[in-house]
Amino acid sequence: MLKDITIGQYYPAESPIHRLDPRVKIVATMIFIVSLFVAEGWAGYLISAFFLGMCILLSKVPFGYIVKGLKAIVILLCITMFFNMVFTPGDPLVQFWRITITVQGVRMAVKMGVRLIFLIIGSSLMTLTTTPNQLTNAIERLLKPLGFIIPVHEIAMMMSIALRFIPILMEETDKIMKAQMARGADFESGNLVKKVRSMVPLLVPLFISAFRRANDLAMAMEARCYHGGKGRTQMKPLVYRWPDYAAYAAVWGYLGVCIAVRIVL
Amino acid sequence: MGIIKTSKLIFDYLRYGEDEEHPEINRAIDGVDIDIEPGRFIAILGHNGSGKSTLAKHINALLAPTEGTVWLDQMDTRDETHVWDIRQKAGMVFQNPDNQIIATVVEEDVGFGPENLGVPTPEIWKRVGESLEAVGMKAYRKRSPNKLSGGQKQRVAIAGVMAMQPKCIILDEPTAMLDPNGRKEVLKAVHRLNREAHVTVLLITHYMEEVTDADYVYVMDHGRVVMQGEPREIFSRVDELKRYRLDVPQVTLLAYELKKSGVPLPDGILSTEELVDALCQSN
Repeated sequence: MLKDITIGQYYPAESPIHRLDPRVKIVATMIFIVSLFVAEGWAGYLISAFFLGMCILLSKVPFGYIVKGLKAIVILLCITMFFNMVFTPGDPLVQFWRITITVQGVRMAVKMGVRLIFLIIGSSLMTLTTTPNQLTNAIERLLKPLGFIIPVHEIAMMMSIALRFIPILMEETDKIMKAQMARGADFESGNLVKKVRSMVPLLVPLFISAFRRANDLAMAMEARCYHGGKGRTQMKPLVYRWPDYAAYAAVWGYLGVCIAVRIVL
Repeated sequence: MGIIKTSKLIFDYLRYGEDEEHPEINRAIDGVDIDIEPGRFIAILGHNGSGKSTLAKHINALLAPTEGTVWLDQMDTRDETHVWDIRQKAGMVFQNPDNQIIATVVEEDVGFGPENLGVPTPEIWKRVGESLEAVGMKAYRKRSPNKLSGGQKQRVAIAGVMAMQPKCIILDEPTAMLDPNGRKEVLKAVHRLNREAHVTVLLITHYMEEVTDADYVYVMDHGRVVMQGEPREIFSRVDELKRYRLDVPQVTLLAYELKKSGVPLPDGILSTEELVDALCQSN
């Protein structure tokens, strides 16, 4: 089940997009999302599609691999489109029983669908080309101005540790599951309530072990002189180079074009 | 005064039962005096619950003594102002390799300690390269720690400590969760650091086989140091070791039993080769 989600999965490759500073990629994704809501009408979407297509081409991530990530949102997509079709008032197109599908509704639904698909492709392109660690690093740097309100460094550290422990805890879940199954536990059959209840003997040992790990890890970090972000240097500090500035220029230019198209047409 | 010195060290664990008023006192360490010279390879042997891990945590100020004093490189571990200096000088490697690796890439984990110390970036890269080289893990620097074997993970943890340029390393049962091969490679790496980088090593373990190459051995039981001396001397006192529930290596045991039944052999035989030599000579 977890294997289907491409969001948050890194696709290792050597490409200009992979080499970009992660801060650029985060900001660009934000701008791209904004542009999707600026764009109105087919001209706007065509520009967005062109921009996205260029990025995918540059990133060397196979298109099929990105599309696989959409599988996870098919249901959400269907629901969104259905509600848009049914609940948008306007000229009726099809009518049966109490449901009326309007022309405006269909138009709206297609628009929302395109937006959602572009949004998911855009953001999964970011996570596919950026390692989780680079991402947390970039978030830390981008949020630095807010350092006096929220403990930015600490949050970034928590995120990267969580990412480090995901595979370990998955393996552990698997082990506990097998141990319980060996003693006759049944995780497969029964209705939903029964299935949820059968998770309890799985979750309790998992939580206990997670707490124990957290305790050990905290001690190991303290033993290695970790004392928060103060006076800390970085092994891989983020530095902008010329391709990063070029990417910024391209993204802002793209947003400019989107706005211009919206105003003109 | 050596690099590590404890004087009349006592530590009580408090266990709070049902009524919070009167905690149960468990004395984990009971009057330990040790003095370790720089550059040596020291082993602390003890059965589970002998207080050996608690002692280790005192040396780099993870625990503060209930009574008595611990000095690391002339600094009192109870002095709050020296905590970070002490932890930099006395690196610690723990039992579970998974629970002490912080980063998702080997080289980033090794760089974690120097980052915390505020070492400039180019210097961090230099140290990371050197430390990984010293434990023979340079080829794996870009790998994910999840894909390494237990012994390799433990060597990464040792490199992470070495990158802080400590004066001594404390290894708290570093091989307890490893297979025999992993155990061998970790011990080899530790011995090499001791020989080549002249780092003081304090190896805490309950495997007697691991201490045969140490310079000096302390045996702990119930929070006290009950035996101390060179490995050969300690290993010749088989009956006493058994009393402290330690598994004497088979060769040593065999030599001991042979000697008891009249075969002329020297005391404290540590390896198979030694026993073979001694037996050949006695004929």
